[in-house]
Amino acid sequence: MIKFQNVTKVFETKNKQRIYALKNVSFEIKKGEFVLIVGRSGAGKTTLLKLIFAEEKPTEGKIFFEGKDITKMKDGEISKLRREIGVVFQDYKLLLTKTAFENLAYVMEVIGFSDEDIKRDVPKVLEIVGLSEKAENFPNELSAGEKQRLSIARALISRPKVILADEPTGNLDPYNTLDVLKIFQKIHEMGTTIVLATHNKEIVDVLGKRVITLEKGEIVRDEERGKFVL
Amino acid sequence: MIVKLKRTIKYGLKIIKRDGEIFLTSVSILFIAISLISFLFIFQKTSQFLISSLKEKADVSVYFKEEVPEEEILKIKEEISKNPEFKVDFVSKEEALKEFERRHQKNPILIEALKEIGENPFLASLSIKAKEPSQYEKLISFLKEKEEIIEKIDYLERKPLIEKIFSLSSNLEKGGILVSLILILISIFVVFNTTRLSITNFKEEISIQRLVGAPNWFIRGPFLVQGIFAGLFSAFLSLLVLFLFCYFLSPKFSILFEGLNLFEIFSLNLKSLILIQIFAGILLGTIPSFIAIRRFLKI
Repeated sequence: MIKFQNVTKVFETKNKQRIYALKNVSFEIKKGEFVLIVGRSGAGKTTLLKLIFAEEKPTEGKIFFEGKDITKMKDGEISKLRREIGVVFQDYKLLLTKTAFENLAYVMEVIGFSDEDIKRDVPKVLEIVGLSEKAENFPNELSAGEKQRLSIARALISRPKVILADEPTGNLDPYNTLDVLKIFQKIHEMGTTIVLATHNKEIVDVLGKRVITLEKGEIVRDEERGKFVL
Repeated sequence: MIVKLKRTIKYGLKIIKRDGEIFLTSVSILFIAISLISFLFIFQKTSQFLISSLKEKADVSVYFKEEVPEEEILKIKEEISKNPEFKVDFVSKEEALKEFERRHQKNPILIEALKEIGENPFLASLSIKAKEPSQYEKLISFLKEKEEIIEKIDYLERKPLIEKIFSLSSNLEKGGILVSLILILISIFVVFNTTRLSITNFKEEISIQRLVGAPNWFIRGPFLVQGIFAGLFSAFLSLLVLFLFCYFLSPKFSILFEGLNLFEIFSLNLKSLILIQIFAGILLGTIPSFIAIRRFLKI
């Protein structure tokens, strides 16, 4: 489903210094997999996720999504690609002026769902993440865990094939972390492919899924049912 | 499709509601630019009217000396009438007096002064109209031969007036077009920047729109809707101002120029005026927004 072929991403600083975020990275993620990307801060996890939803373009190499080369996509195709991918951020990126319900409805409106779809799907997804009671609350009235669950709901609402999550538990206490992980597992069981970047050892060990370990932009390990080793 | 359009308009109105001040800035500069274009249009129509009405009046009046008998004048009339290019009317001393009294009946001082003179001071005249102004030169040279019985020829006095109005109006038009162009550029610049401000205020929304794969038209649409509304609103405002201007100042202008009815010019050209204003409003409202957001849409 997702394939990286010798991907290198170089950032250039103001004084023309070249920094390698990713170095010659190759791997493949199959449909329905749950993959953890682990590594220290700055190891290239976020860059890797950004490359998948075409927020960044690789300096070298090719990236395929369902057989199509993302690096050659035009703007219109990239918009379509993004509708297949849900993204969850550590800092939630919720619209503070909209209620929980409106945050989800907004995404559906943007993508072009009908009003009936919105009325039917939003309560369902809020239920999946356990926020039915908070539908009319604004993000600032929600706890950190609830905010993160709302941002997962937003990623889920467009019925994507893949969900990318960048440190989704970074701001959460262990109790909320577990909650959020359960939601990801639930979504995974429903058939969605999940790619989750984290530096949280417990998550990795609890989930017992495939683990790709990055170090200084290079893949140093790729193991089925991996453990957190740095 | 209708749902998409509805949502685009809804989000456009939301931008206006949230960024009211920015919207008003756009409206005020667009209003100035559109008003100037409209005034220029009305001014052009007015000067066209003035010039054509003066040209219409550009007949040659030939005043004959006091002692010249009517028969002789009528003979000259017939001679000129032989040429189908000319239309000749005879105005006798009495008719000239009556016409003067009719025209100045509201001015008792002039009528009184006329009475003081005691006798009819007007001269008999021929009023000659040519189909083509170029014919006048021929006419004048014919009349020059009869110089001894002619008191004066009233053609040369009007010519400079027409030329004056013509050059004045063409100069004003040139100046107006220049000022309009400058204002159009300024308004493009202002609308460009106000849109950019709006975009900055909606950064979060736009970043989420891009994140979830909103099509480009959806991101751009609401800002174009905002531009269209700003354009239409300013077009409406400037139409209103122009209406009031023409309605209330029309009587004043008709005192300055006889026969000039500003309000009538406004009403007769209302359709083209509205079209020009809407066209200018929408173009000036949307093109800068379009450019401003284009830079932002690059993925």
